[in-house]
Amino acid sequence: MRHLIDITDLSVEEIDQLIATAEDILANPAKYQDAAAHKQLATLFFEPSTRTRLSFESAMLSLGGSVLGFSSAASSSTAKGETVTDTIRTVGNYVDIIAMRHPKEGAPFAASLRSPVPIINAGDGGHNHPTQTLTDLLTIHRERGSLKDFTIGFCGDLKFGRTVHSLVNALSRYTGIRFLFISPEELKMPAYINESLQRKGLCYEETESLEEAMPQLDVLYMTRVQKERFFNEADYIRLKDIYVLDPAKLQNAKKDMCILHPLPRVNEIAVSVDDDPRARYFEQVRNGKFIRMALIMKLLDLKA
Amino acid sequence: MNIDSIQNGFVLDHIKAGACMDIYKYLKLDQLDCSVAIIKNAKSSKMGKKDIIKIDSPIDLDLDVLGYIDPNITVDIIKDGKLVEKKHLALPKKLVNIIHCKNPRCITTAEPQLDAIFLLSDPEKRTYRCAYCEAERRRHR
Repeated sequence: MRHLIDITDLSVEEIDQLIATAEDILANPAKYQDAAAHKQLATLFFEPSTRTRLSFESAMLSLGGSVLGFSSAASSSTAKGETVTDTIRTVGNYVDIIAMRHPKEGAPFAASLRSPVPIINAGDGGHNHPTQTLTDLLTIHRERGSLKDFTIGFCGDLKFGRTVHSLVNALSRYTGIRFLFISPEELKMPAYINESLQRKGLCYEETESLEEAMPQLDVLYMTRVQKERFFNEADYIRLKDIYVLDPAKLQNAKKDMCILHPLPRVNEIAVSVDDDPRARYFEQVRNGKFIRMALIMKLLDLKA
Repeated sequence: MNIDSIQNGFVLDHIKAGACMDIYKYLKLDQLDCSVAIIKNAKSSKMGKKDIIKIDSPIDLDLDVLGYIDPNITVDIIKDGKLVEKKHLALPKKLVNIIHCKNPRCITTAEPQLDAIFLLSDPEKRTYRCAYCEAERRRHR
């Protein structure tokens, strides 16, 4: 039985295969409409979500399967003090596969130790979010035609941004990728990620200036400064609007650059950017459903 | 004091001078009923000074704990008053319930009944990471 807790649980070959399957689903959705018939997915969301939970549910329904679950800890027995392990061992009796989001880091790993069915980490605090990473990889692949030889800039909260950590980790296994980390001092990329890039001999630079980085970028990955990751509200207020992408800042960007964002956004991308052809974040949302369909099929060993 | 003063048990040798009480506590030697000798600041040709612990009972010794505290410790196994094996320790690849995660965002701090699992991530820097949240714990030399 396979789980997906961290993006490195999948080999590069497996990720490439998932991307190929997702591309095929996009091209021929009818071929997959009964692939998960009579299978059930539980979406256990101990923390709020719009895209991730609905995309998992939409993915399972589009495969002909069915879905049950909860969308906040308050509406589960967690409110009565039940542990993650007990919740998973219970729900594992009802369904074939579980996608879970939890505010505590490592909760999906704890779940996987005792789960009778595959666990998909749908986000654990500021730690990992591997299905967002798969979504990002599929989007970059679709936009650029491959996952090699480009410069990607990550901008905003690189300290607590789980999507950033997972994506850097995943891209570090491909060749010819240059990383630019754009953040204020307080929200810099954690040292262990930089050290891991150094160990692999990969090229990265850190800067505080989005304007200086912009002309070099093939992909710009914007992130939200997340209020829920701060213990101190004053720090959040000081940092939340530090980078705002607007049409003026895009003047110096390459014509074929693509702008990604895991969403939700608050102020970090002006709405006036949405109609720029380089803005690909709603396309990214769409891709998220298809890569999750491919993932569910893989973990349940289903065929079209 | 000579090792032949022990009949069946262990001699923990080459302990860094001053560290023997840490080991005493980690191994919970205070709970044993047998003779336990603690020798502090013994002369050592290799180390200058060292500590030694002698345990006169064939207890179930947790070598992972010892390896984590100090991989330079040697463990002499004594049977019928004779040295039968000398074990050299290494940093264990995995630690279970030896150290605990201090990351307040980690699931193990919210649900302490979970096994505290740490994996060796960098032997050179003696760094372990929590298997749940990947928070780092570095062991000082």
